[in-house]
Amino acid sequence: MPTDVERWKSAVYGNEIREHLFEFAEEGWESIPEDEHDAWFERFKWWGLYHQRNGQESYFMMRIGTPNGVLEPGQLRVVGEIADEFARGPGTNPIFGDAYADWTTRQSIQLHWIRLEDVPAIFEKLEENGMSTQQACGDSWRNIVGNPVAGKDAQEVVDAWPVIRELNETFKGDDDHSNLPRKWKVSVTGSADGSGQGDINDLAFEPAYKDVDGDEQVGFNVRVGGGLARNEERFARDIDVWVAPENVSAVAGGLSALFRDYGDRENRYNARIKFLVDEWGPEKVRNVLQDEYVDFEMHTAGRDVREEYTYNTGKGDRNDLIGVHEQKDGNYFVGLNVLVGRMGAEDVLELADLADEYGSGEVRLSQRQNVIVTDVPEENLDDFLAEDLLDDYSPDPSPFMRGSVACTGTEFCSLSIVETKNRQVRFARWLKQNVELPEDVDQFHIHLSGCTASCAQPQIADVSLRGMKTRKDGEPVEALDVGLGGGLGDEPQFARWVTQRVPVDEVPGAIRNLVGRFAENREGEESFREFVARHDDEELDAFVEPEETDYDDPMMHNTKMTWYPYAEDDSMDASPSPADD
Amino acid sequence: MTVALRILDDGAWVSVNDDRKVSVSELWRFPDPEFCGCDLTDMVVEGFVEVGVDGRTIEVRAYGQCIACGASATTKWLPVGRVVDGSFHDIDRESVLTPTVRE
Ligand code: HEM
Ligand code: SF4
Repeated sequence: MPTDVERWKSAVYGNEIREHLFEFAEEGWESIPEDEHDAWFERFKWWGLYHQRNGQESYFMMRIGTPNGVLEPGQLRVVGEIADEFARGPGTNPIFGDAYADWTTRQSIQLHWIRLEDVPAIFEKLEENGMSTQQACGDSWRNIVGNPVAGKDAQEVVDAWPVIRELNETFKGDDDHSNLPRKWKVSVTGSADGSGQGDINDLAFEPAYKDVDGDEQVGFNVRVGGGLARNEERFARDIDVWVAPENVSAVAGGLSALFRDYGDRENRYNARIKFLVDEWGPEKVRNVLQDEYVDFEMHTAGRDVREEYTYNTGKGDRNDLIGVHEQKDGNYFVGLNVLVGRMGAEDVLELADLADEYGSGEVRLSQRQNVIVTDVPEENLDDFLAEDLLDDYSPDPSPFMRGSVACTGTEFCSLSIVETKNRQVRFARWLKQNVELPEDVDQFHIHLSGCTASCAQPQIADVSLRGMKTRKDGEPVEALDVGLGGGLGDEPQFARWVTQRVPVDEVPGAIRNLVGRFAENREGEESFREFVARHDDEELDAFVEPEETDYDDPMMHNTKMTWYPYAEDDSMDASPSPADD
Repeated sequence: MTVALRILDDGAWVSVNDDRKVSVSELWRFPDPEFCGCDLTDMVVEGFVEVGVDGRTIEVRAYGQCIACGASATTKWLPVGRVVDGSFHDIDRESVLTPTVRE
C-alpha cells in the first residue's frame, strides 16, 4: 500500500505546488483547509518550507539552496535583508537575538519564523537576485554540495564548479526527477582535500585520473549510497565508474532515474538509495545503470586522490577551510569561523559590506557551517583581518570554537530530543576557558545533533554528541550520548558510541576529563582519532568520566515541551501561534 | 465519526485529524517485561511505529530506549489519548501507562 506521503505526492507535487502556495499566501494561513494540513506541509517542503514544530504553528523554516555554498556578489546582502525583515517571530533567542540566518552542514541557508503570507515577497526578492528555495527540502535533488572554493582553490585537481552549475540547472525543476522516493543528496568535489564530503552523500563525484586512449584525463570516480540518518550510517560505495566532466550530468541523471524507478516507495524508512545499494551491491547498481540508463559505455574507475584527503580527518592540514589561503589566481580566500553556523542579520549585512570592500563581494559557505570570503587581493588582507567583525568570526579561532557544529534542535525542529545550538555555544565557550589541548593539537571537532537524523553529522567528529534523556536525582533531564573517533579521509570511520545518556550539565566536565586522559596517554604525536582507534569501548568509556563543573546549563528540562525554550513563559499554553493575521 | 491518524516526518510525531498531538522526546513509564528487565520501563520516545484506534482510545507503538537500563526496542500498543466528540484529549502520559492487549 502506498504511504500517505506517496498519495499526496501523486496528487500534487513539484513545480505545481508553487501556485497553491501562493494562493494560500494571498488568502492567509487560515485558508489552508484544516483536514489538509499534513498533505500541504509535506508538499511545501519541495519549495523549501518546513512547518516549525508544535507550539509554533503557522511559522515556517525556509531553506535556500545555494549550490556548492556559492553566494555571488550581492547575494549575501539579500539574505541579510530578508532575515532582517522576515525572519522575526514571537521568540527572542538569548544569544542570537531576533533575526538571524543559519549556514547549514549542506552549504545551504536556513531562516526561521517565516510567515506564509510573506513567502511571495521573499521568493520575488530571492529570484530577482538569482537565488531559490526550490527543492531545498522534499523528495528530490537537494542542494548540491562540494568544495566551496571550487574554481579558486590552489589544491584543485579539476574545477567542479561548472559541473555543479550544470547539474543544478538540469535537475532543479526537471519534472522527470522532481518526485523521487526520498531525498537525493549529491556531492561533486574537484579538489584533493576531500572537502566535498562525498562519502556521506547519496551520490558522490570525486576527483580521479583515467587513461583514455593513451591520454591521462581528469574527471570523477562515482560512489553511491552514503548517509548518516537513523542509526543506519553508510559510507557511499564505489561502483567502479569513472566519468569525464562533460558526462557527469548523464551519469547523475541515470542514477537519479534508477533511484526514482527502483527505490522503495512503500516504506519511507527503507527508501534512501543506501538501502538499495545494500540490497543490490555496487556491481548490480553499475550493471543496471549501464544497461537501462546510460547510452554510452562507461569507463571503470580511475586513479583517485583519496590518500591526500585531509578535510574532517582529524589529522594533517586543512581539516576545515578556516584561515587565510592562497587562491590559484594569486588572491586569497579567508575562512571565518561562525560558531554553530548562526549569524545575526546585522552581522550578515556587515559581512556583505566587508566582502565588497576587500574582496569581490562573493562569499561561500562550507559544510562546517562556516563562511569564506573569496578574492581578497594580498594588499587588502591586513586591513580586512583587522576589522572588528572578525573578533566574533575569527579566521584563527580556538580549536573548540572552530570544531563546533550543531543542528537546529528543539528550538524549531519537530524531530529533536534536546536543545542544541545555544547549548553548543555554551559548551564551546566553557571548553575554551577551561580545557587545554596538547600544544600541537589545533583541531578538535565536536558535533552536536538533537536526534538520530544526524543533521550536524555527529558520526564524523572527534567527539559526537547526540540528543537523549535521562533522570538525574529522579527528575527527567536532557542528556547526550557520547561517541568518539569519527572522521572522513581515505579510510573514513564512524564514531563509536561509548558512553550513553550523560546529563547535559556533566558533558563539558566529561570532555575535559577525556582530553586530560588523551594528553596523558597519547603516544608521540598521535591524533585524537588514532588514540581512540587504539582503545576499546570500555577503556574509552572510562576516559569519558562525566562530572559536574561550574558549567551551568539553563536548559536541563524538557525543552521540547515548551512552545519556545527561551520564552519567559515557555509553556505550550502560552504559545502565541498560530499568528493572527 | 472517522479520525485521520498518521505518523509523519520519519516517525517524529502522531497526527490526529491533521494536528500534531504526540511527539518524540517524551518520557514514558510502563510495565513490559518483554521490553527490558526493569520493573518499570522508563523510555524516551525516539520514533513512532504504528498508530491505531481502539474504540475511542488512540494507541501507538513507539520505538525508544529505556533510560534506566539502556535497552532499545519497540513497545506494545500504548494508549496516548482519547477521542471525545471528534476531538483529541491527551491521556496523562507522565504517569504510568498500561499496555493494552490486542489480538
Ligand atoms: C522529516 C523531518 C526531517 C528529517 C528526516 C531530517 C533529516 C535530516 C538529515 C538526515 C539531514 C542530513 C544528514 C545527512 O547528511 O544525511 C538533515 C539536514 C538538516 N536538517 Fe533535517 N530533518 C528533518 C527536519 C528538519 C527540520 C524541521 C529542521 C529545522 C527546522 C531541520 C534542520 C536540518 C538542518 C539544519 C540540516 C543540515 C543542513 C542541510 O540539509 O542543508 N531538519 N536533515
Ligand atoms: S538532527 Fe534531529 S534535531 Fe537536529 S535538526 Fe536534524 S532532525 Fe532536527
